[in-house]
Amino acid sequence: MSRKTIGWNGKTVKEMLEESEKLIEEKKSYHGIQNLSLKEEDPFRYERAYASLRGALVSARETALHVAASPIVTEIGELCFALYTPEGDSIAVSTGILVHVHTMSEGIKFMIREGYEEDPTINQGDIFLNNDPQCGNVHTTDVQTLIPIFWEDELIGWAGGVTHQIDIGGITPGHTLVSSIQRFDDGAYYTCRKIGSNDKIWRDHMIGAKKSVRSPMYWELDEKCRLAGNLMIRDAVYDFIKREGIEYYKQFMREAIEEGRRIVQERVKERLIPGRYRASSFMDLPMKDQAWVPIAREDKISNHPIEVIVKEDGSFSLSFDGASAGGANAFNCDKGAMEGGQWVLLTQILIYGDKVNDGAYFAVEKDYPLGTWANPGDPYLSYQAPWGNLIPAYTTMMKCISYGLFSRGFREEVVPGYGFTGDSIQGGGVFSAGPLLGERWMLSTFEISGQGLGASAVRDGLNWGYAMWNPEADLGDVETWELFQGGIPYLSRKVKPNTPGHGKFRGGANYGSVAFIANSEKVEFFAGREGLVFHGSGGMHGGYPNATSYRLSGTNTNLEEIFRNKQDYPIDDADPSNGQFERFLKGDIKRLPIGTIYPIALENYDIIHFAESGGPGYGDPLERRVDSIKRDLDDGLYTSDIVNKVYGVVATYDDKSEEWLIDEEATKKRQEDIRNERKDKSMTFEEYWEYERKKLTEGKLYEAVSKMYSESLKLSSKWGKEFREFWKFPEDFQMEVK
Amino acid sequence: MNVDKKTLERMIEGDLKWDELKPIISGRKDQNRFDKIMEILQEKVKWNERILLPLHEHLYIVAKEGERIVKCDCGHEFGDYNVNWKTKCRVRVRDTIEAIDELYPKFMGSDPEWEELREYYCPGCLTLLDVEAAPPGYPTIFNFLPDIDAFYENWLGRSPPDKK
Repeated sequence: MSRKTIGWNGKTVKEMLEESEKLIEEKKSYHGIQNLSLKEEDPFRYERAYASLRGALVSARETALHVAASPIVTEIGELCFALYTPEGDSIAVSTGILVHVHTMSEGIKFMIREGYEEDPTINQGDIFLNNDPQCGNVHTTDVQTLIPIFWEDELIGWAGGVTHQIDIGGITPGHTLVSSIQRFDDGAYYTCRKIGSNDKIWRDHMIGAKKSVRSPMYWELDEKCRLAGNLMIRDAVYDFIKREGIEYYKQFMREAIEEGRRIVQERVKERLIPGRYRASSFMDLPMKDQAWVPIAREDKISNHPIEVIVKEDGSFSLSFDGASAGGANAFNCDKGAMEGGQWVLLTQILIYGDKVNDGAYFAVEKDYPLGTWANPGDPYLSYQAPWGNLIPAYTTMMKCISYGLFSRGFREEVVPGYGFTGDSIQGGGVFSAGPLLGERWMLSTFEISGQGLGASAVRDGLNWGYAMWNPEADLGDVETWELFQGGIPYLSRKVKPNTPGHGKFRGGANYGSVAFIANSEKVEFFAGREGLVFHGSGGMHGGYPNATSYRLSGTNTNLEEIFRNKQDYPIDDADPSNGQFERFLKGDIKRLPIGTIYPIALENYDIIHFAESGGPGYGDPLERRVDSIKRDLDDGLYTSDIVNKVYGVVATYDDKSEEWLIDEEATKKRQEDIRNERKDKSMTFEEYWEYERKKLTEGKLYEAVSKMYSESLKLSSKWGKEFREFWKFPEDFQMEVK
Repeated sequence: MNVDKKTLERMIEGDLKWDELKPIISGRKDQNRFDKIMEILQEKVKWNERILLPLHEHLYIVAKEGERIVKCDCGHEFGDYNVNWKTKCRVRVRDTIEAIDELYPKFMGSDPEWEELREYYCPGCLTLLDVEAAPPGYPTIFNFLPDIDAFYENWLGRSPPDKK
């Protein structure tokens, strides 16, 4: 005898999901709703109802992170809660890391489609755990807890909470593993698994889960945090139903999502211009000389072309047609990652407000072409560090929307992009001395949450204060990071010059830090950031991209002796061509032009430099005000040689007044020289076209570049056709890979 | 919020202090912003063609002799707005380490074998209009092609200025 159904009116939840999808397809509105009748009949009741649920989610988040949570969660708020319909569509989302507007939704839908209703069954008090990128997650390090909410015998929704782990038990310590190349390197996988019942996490699960990661205490804290928040949300839903009635709740959830869909269309029509928008970004994966496994030993550059079409009805579509291929690297993205990257940005730049839910998801058409990094279609690849592609790729969407905002007159909203959330330095080791002897420490600093934001069309970019994946970006306290990454104490953190992208309005600036290994053994260190290419799609309207990353380390050093003798030690790398590492240290000083490195072994008194990212600039640098450049110099954001070459500003430092003084006459002359140089060193577009085309036909392209073209040409007929037409190549042209 | 014309003029010039700009960013948007900006820009440019849409800090789509063309505030005309205006620019390619190191300290710029910089200048005034960071051989990107008629007719509910 089959089990009693848990859907509404005798239906299974699977039938409800199918019906919901059919109605959206046929009626082009959520559940076929034409009128927001609850809102129209009693708007105050409707708004109060929404605010009560939204408030409950925010409250759950704020409370849960203080109940029990790891430092990443408590310090920078890497968690989010949401309330879903029985079919898995989000009704309301808390504040926090809004990557997850739609991610947990896919997890719920996966369980419904896979028949969880029958087996393993879905009951009041059950607890499900998911971190599988094939089921809506971003990467394994984001861990989701989902609980069903029943009213009498009917499933009336789900509560979901997600936190970011410090470690997930992958191939190396860390949270975003660059050396992961297949699913089996990604760490612990929980594919929508039932892990508890009667509101209690099963003991056998907790024992096993804690053994699967390198930070078991933080794992347990975060599991409790997510469950506590979900139970608070369930209570809030029951309060809502007792107050408003179950029938009101059922209709309300549908109308709230339809309203969310309409809000997107209205906002698009208010802020943008219908039309076609395009941009491209790129990311380097310099793995040829680094990867451990032969199949991964290749240098690769990812192509991230985007096309956004804003339609007359205010809806819009987004396509990554022309993207290059996925592969044996950690940067592959599945749908959850693509949706996550998209929503965390759209909620910041276009549809910010309290009514963000899956209605927004239904208002946007997407194309993540099969075989590309945006949808490799191979579950056995690694999806461990999709941010490697997501972060640069979605600068393109930000830039596209900014073109529309600019034309519509909302120049204050323009942002051409943001800095890569790196240096994401990671790894860990074991204490070899001190009170924590034998304990493992994790290097997982989330001061990457404070990057440079791009300039707008009316002001400079925000300094050290933005992370694309967290609207409440906060780089946290060094002291807290040092608590759990105690084997690598900071020697300094200070402004690093020349990180902002140049422009009339410069991008945000950022810090550089120096740290060394102490009281440890078995230390692994790695990092992820762009290095050989500029980040994202660069500046806008004449602005330049922000500076790239590089790696600097010192091994076999005399740092211990320097400390003992109280001598100067490196506290920055302000001038990489005349660095303090080389001047102050004896040892093996290594500089690499790449930002992403596989794990290396470090020992006590080895020393590293790492720098966070600046943001891209806006407008012609020659239009930047001289007094702004003086302030940049005084604040140490740029050096005088760079402002001379880029901005044409001639300045000297006055030791007496301790400020930079501008030579106005010399500046005028220098800027005139730059203008003349622009004419002398440029060519007509026709000349440029001939010059550039030769690079494609002479067979001298670097292998990573020719491979990128080869992949894009094979994966997209549309992108390939436009490429061939632009360069006047024959229709059957293919790129030969050396 | 209703931002007055003078404040918008100052905003365009980059003159607003943060405490003046912040309410404009975080407040409700003024519904007639487009018209106010258009009025300011039309008064600002030194030529007489009617602006249909601001496209760029220095470029506008304007109506001229029955055509819709891209025009720089210096007066240089780029032709049909349906054709990428970048293909009418002068271009400097920075595809050597030396050329990139002029702009960024050593190690803090791209490797030109992987990615180069293309600088697009207005042929009339040599203003730097765009910088593309792209691998060698990447086609010039056509960033924005607006649907002017749909915008005016369907979103603003009136005919475009050149079709009245």
